[in-house]
Amino acid sequence: MDGRALDELRPIEAKAGIIKNADGSAYFRIGKTVAYAAVYGPRELHPKFLQDPKTGILRCYYNMMPFSGIGDRVRPGGSRRSKEISMVIQKALKPVLELEDYPNATVDVFIELPQTDAGSRCAAICAAAIALADAGISMKDMVSAIAVGKVDDKIVADLNYDEEAYEDGPVADIPVAVLHNTKEITLLQMDGEISKDELLQALELAKKASDKIAKIQFAALKDKYKVNADQR
Amino acid sequence: MYKELRKYIVSLLEKGKRNDGRTLDQYRDPVTVQYAISETAEGSAQVQIGDTVVMAGVKLSIEKPFPDTPDQGGIAVNVELYPLSNPEYEPGPPGIEAVELARVVDRGIRESKAIDMKKLCIEKGEKAWTVGIDIVTINDAGNLFDACSLAALAALKNTVFPKYEDGELNYKEKTKKKLQLGKEPVSVTVYKINKSYIVDPNMDESRVYDARLSVASTADGLLSALQKGGESALTAEDINIMVDMAVEKANFLREKL
Amino acid sequence: MGLLVKQKDIVVPGEVLADSIDYLPGMHTYRLNNNIIAKRVGLVEIEGRALKLIPVSGRYLPKVGDKIIAKVVDITMSGWMLNINSAYNAMLNSKDIMRFVRKGEDLTRYHDVGDYLKVKIFNVTSQNLVDVTMKEPGLSPLHGGRIVMINPQKVPRVIGKMGSMVMMIKDKTKCLVNVGQNGVVWIKGPAPEAEFVAIKAIKKIEDEAHLEGLTDRMTQFLDVECAHLQGLKSETQEEEPRETFQSFQRSQEREE
Repeated sequence: MDGRALDELRPIEAKAGIIKNADGSAYFRIGKTVAYAAVYGPRELHPKFLQDPKTGILRCYYNMMPFSGIGDRVRPGGSRRSKEISMVIQKALKPVLELEDYPNATVDVFIELPQTDAGSRCAAICAAAIALADAGISMKDMVSAIAVGKVDDKIVADLNYDEEAYEDGPVADIPVAVLHNTKEITLLQMDGEISKDELLQALELAKKASDKIAKIQFAALKDKYKVNADQR
Repeated sequence: MYKELRKYIVSLLEKGKRNDGRTLDQYRDPVTVQYAISETAEGSAQVQIGDTVVMAGVKLSIEKPFPDTPDQGGIAVNVELYPLSNPEYEPGPPGIEAVELARVVDRGIRESKAIDMKKLCIEKGEKAWTVGIDIVTINDAGNLFDACSLAALAALKNTVFPKYEDGELNYKEKTKKKLQLGKEPVSVTVYKINKSYIVDPNMDESRVYDARLSVASTADGLLSALQKGGESALTAEDINIMVDMAVEKANFLREKL
Repeated sequence: MGLLVKQKDIVVPGEVLADSIDYLPGMHTYRLNNNIIAKRVGLVEIEGRALKLIPVSGRYLPKVGDKIIAKVVDITMSGWMLNINSAYNAMLNSKDIMRFVRKGEDLTRYHDVGDYLKVKIFNVTSQNLVDVTMKEPGLSPLHGGRIVMINPQKVPRVIGKMGSMVMMIKDKTKCLVNVGQNGVVWIKGPAPEAEFVAIKAIKKIEDEAHLEGLTDRMTQFLDVECAHLQGLKSETQEEEPRETFQSFQRSQEREE
């Protein structure tokens, strides 16, 4: 709808290590959706009854800044939506992390968004994945997420807000998270209506898109070390 | 708790130095203001002081005026200390630190009459604009007072009204009408450690100070808000020195806008 | 087919290092089908057919034998609880210090909350509970001075080959410098200016650890920065009182 090809993603920008206090951090931008992620951990877990002697745990907190919504101010303090998104983000990332290395400890991921234009949970996952790698948490694979779907009769990748809200025909909004090497899927949700065949087509589109995104995530992590070299 | 650290910092201050090489009245490097960092806000800014980074966003909404001021709009300031920005912060509602920050920033803007509340009125007794300022921390490396108030002011300077036609508020379309600021109050917090006065404390200095004074001043040197904090008392002489320092440094910060 | 990276390349989690079964997965890598894949952000080290990574980031994980700098955070019935800059705390039992501690004695006489100690890890359980001792030469409390935190992965660079890098910093800045494997560094100098240079030097090594020619650059840096430190006398370590049970007994006998 905004002049892109059906499988073309909005412009993406990613940076690692941008929050000094954090053990790992990242900035991820796709189109007009921006996410900041900070990782603290492995660190002590309180209260003690949450501790697991066999493994560390992963906690994710997704939050929208009060001025990040397309319309009204977003009241701070989280909502049912942000709780659910926090949970699906956690489920999208946990499969690749080797948390057994950190018994009784926690790895905390905080994600804040200063502006959104659809695809916010996907941007959050991409930012969080970079931040986890930046923090030195053992990760078997990179996780990349993108919202694919259907607008009218076309299967598209990376829906923006207007496409999500399309009212003149059928719409399906499908956020997907894909592991880079195995192409396994760790996040899959859908809003709207779609046939099974169309869904499978959309998933193929998601896998291709995730390759492009993973390249950018890799570059963000490596660039952090190149910058120092240039500063000499 | 930080006895050794305090002894060290005090001994350096007596020689006119700080533990990161600065002089007593020096801000960290860089001090920058970036505007329009959030396209969904009506006005926004990001302020960086040393490693401290905060963002502020303004959202304008239409509310019913208070019964005792039917021809005036309103301001509301909120500060969120995000756990993202500091390993010691936990998720949850604003604690006393965040509340104090918000109220100090609020006073600086409200009492200086930087915004003419009457100009925010749309329909007397029925509709008026409320200016909602939200300030959030991205990396907390000390001196949130100055960073938050500067960010709030910068966000206000960047604010334009959304389209409001025939009773319909359309956030997606922005008008060219900027929010008018009569004055630009800039807040500077001066910290007293033993017998020395500094501005822009780093994290170490934030842990060992005796008292602090936040002073909001406008370009003409008039004070619009004060807030004393810290466990120790200040003498009138202390306050004299600290206010002078604050007004002088406010000009330095004002140039960054 | 074959090796896809070179020695000292920076790789990231999920990146394929080799796609042939001729290679073996070393530290921080694993095999998936025919591929060797990285699990951390790190520098590639090729040792024969094994590919391993030197991570560039990550918090400290306690290891037996490591000499670390710890801070006392609590006193218990049997000893001191220490923060070791990790997700885990360590225990120093009262029988593992060089002084003789009588039963029921007030432990804060020896070490109090906030004190920094150089200790050695002698036991780590499967749940990462850590035991340390201070009963070896070279281990002692650290008085005064400054504490600086660095990334534990950079510690080997700060120490240098056979301690050469940290020696250079100590010589030129005239400071005492003690580097813990857990990324905690203690510096004590004859004057704050000297300590300041030592801290800058250590931070510089941390930032540039992965680049070539670090030793030369640090030599240059220190020469320039220490030029104005001439005339300062080097800081020396105070001797810690040592007490064994025999010497304690002897002092008791003398009193009687």
